[in-house]
Amino acid sequence: MTGQPGEDYREISFDDRMEGTEFRVSERAHITVDTEVCDSCTVRSCLHVCPAKLFVPRADGGILFNFEQCFECGACYQVCDAEGAITWTYPDGGLGVVFRKG
Amino acid sequence: MTEPSYAGPVSASALLQQPPPARDFDVLVVGAGPAGSAAALAAARAGCSVALLERGPYPGSKNVYGGVVYGRILDELVPQWWEEMPVERWVTRRSTMVMTADQALTVDFRSQRWGTAPYNGATAHRSDLDGWLAGHAVAAGAVLVPATVATGLLRTTAGTVVGVRTDRPDGDLTAKVVIACDGVNSFLAKEAGLHPRQDNARHLTLGVKETLALPREVIEQRFGLTGRDGQDIEILGCTRGIPGGGFLYTNLESVSLGVVVGLPGLAAAKVRPEELLADLKAHPAIAPLVRGGRQVEYAAHLIPEGGYDHLPELAGDGLLVAGDAAGMCLAAGIWLEGVNFAIGAGMYAGRAAAAAIGAGDTSQAGLAGYRRALERSFVLADHRKLRKVPGLVLSERMQRQYPGLICDLAEGLFEVDNPRPKPGVWRLLRTAVRRHDISPRRLLADAITGMRAFG
Repeated sequence: MTGQPGEDYREISFDDRMEGTEFRVSERAHITVDTEVCDSCTVRSCLHVCPAKLFVPRADGGILFNFEQCFECGACYQVCDAEGAITWTYPDGGLGVVFRKG
Repeated sequence: MTEPSYAGPVSASALLQQPPPARDFDVLVVGAGPAGSAAALAAARAGCSVALLERGPYPGSKNVYGGVVYGRILDELVPQWWEEMPVERWVTRRSTMVMTADQALTVDFRSQRWGTAPYNGATAHRSDLDGWLAGHAVAAGAVLVPATVATGLLRTTAGTVVGVRTDRPDGDLTAKVVIACDGVNSFLAKEAGLHPRQDNARHLTLGVKETLALPREVIEQRFGLTGRDGQDIEILGCTRGIPGGGFLYTNLESVSLGVVVGLPGLAAAKVRPEELLADLKAHPAIAPLVRGGRQVEYAAHLIPEGGYDHLPELAGDGLLVAGDAAGMCLAAGIWLEGVNFAIGAGMYAGRAAAAAIGAGDTSQAGLAGYRRALERSFVLADHRKLRKVPGLVLSERMQRQYPGLICDLAEGLFEVDNPRPKPGVWRLLRTAVRRHDISPRRLLADAITGMRAFG
């Protein structure tokens, strides 16, 4: 922690990366994904642009989506050009991501 | 309310047959970021009753920026603001770094004048900064309503905005003027039709940021700082050719390391943002500065970087737009600013709303003083002057060719290649231009565009 050489910070896992960020998770999914639409999508920009890595490819070729650890940035719906695939809203007031070091 | 409604790209206005006879507030500000709090503060000071809505549990909880704020616009709102603003460090070292995988050229400027009042840039966390400014709005009489989402506009069938619907029970709030400071996604401004085109993803960048804790004395040693002095490093050439850049800022006991990239470029490159961040963290010019930093928060946000040529309409009947909601971030190469533009725009919006209410005309024409005030001030004067720069900075050449050109020039200049005599700058330039496959005409044209921006 005090700067010892040789520590390999590239090894940080995505879960560790997200560990310090607070989420007040709502029961309502503020984003829903119609994976039937996604099945026919070949572009799949969401897999790359979502900074929280909430869009994950499934072994069967589909997309798995989790809403809980969402930064609410909007990148996914902005790059998605498949009509109706992503239904995007803000979480209810007071819920969702809570930044302390933004 | 018949069914729950949520704020999003498809949210729609609630239509009223008649304008409400009485209004809950003179001015309703949506979003307690810098634009919203400045708007609420200015309107309250002008004698208006003001509500300030914030969807997060506290101001700043939904906000992310690089980390540097320029405070001089606050002179008009909070005299001696520097004595009370929650600052991490005052930026006295301003560096621009151009890098390739194994080279880096840094222009590093230091001024101790920036470490004394009235200061220049400061690093600060948004949870502190935004809460502080919102506190001033409250002290001036505005009512802060946190944990409340504006889910849509209330409009008359004629289109005039008369309030907002919120996600609270019986949550309709009416006002003579609504000021939308609801951030980069600004569903309210889009709902009102103020954003003309739907292709705005083209002008959005995605910023990701790690806050890395380091002991105060380690930061002082590594960055050559004492006391509350801080350093701001802007980086070009660290994004694998995807339009964008990086930054490294010093806080008191942490550093903020981030990468900002164009959304379409990121999607097309099929690279994940944290990979770019990991690259930057391992770069020989950056790794020794951040080594051992313990990550305390990871954050991301969109940034509107279109500049002057892609601003929305700034006023409608009963509606003003300010801050990121109006695309007012300045991303012009060596100038990366946003909070100051938001505060300035919010301040002028609050004043324009108060003036329009006083004159009894809150139509689009009655609110037109807002745009005029912005054009006269730095907010739109800077954007107008630098309108060509965002395009140049994010161009293919600036991103893929010029960092290598610049680093090779520096390397050639400083390399002692005896027994060969020194090559001379023009020969170095010709060689580097050829090596990087750069069109000399485009280079000249870009140089002229760049020079005009400074002129």
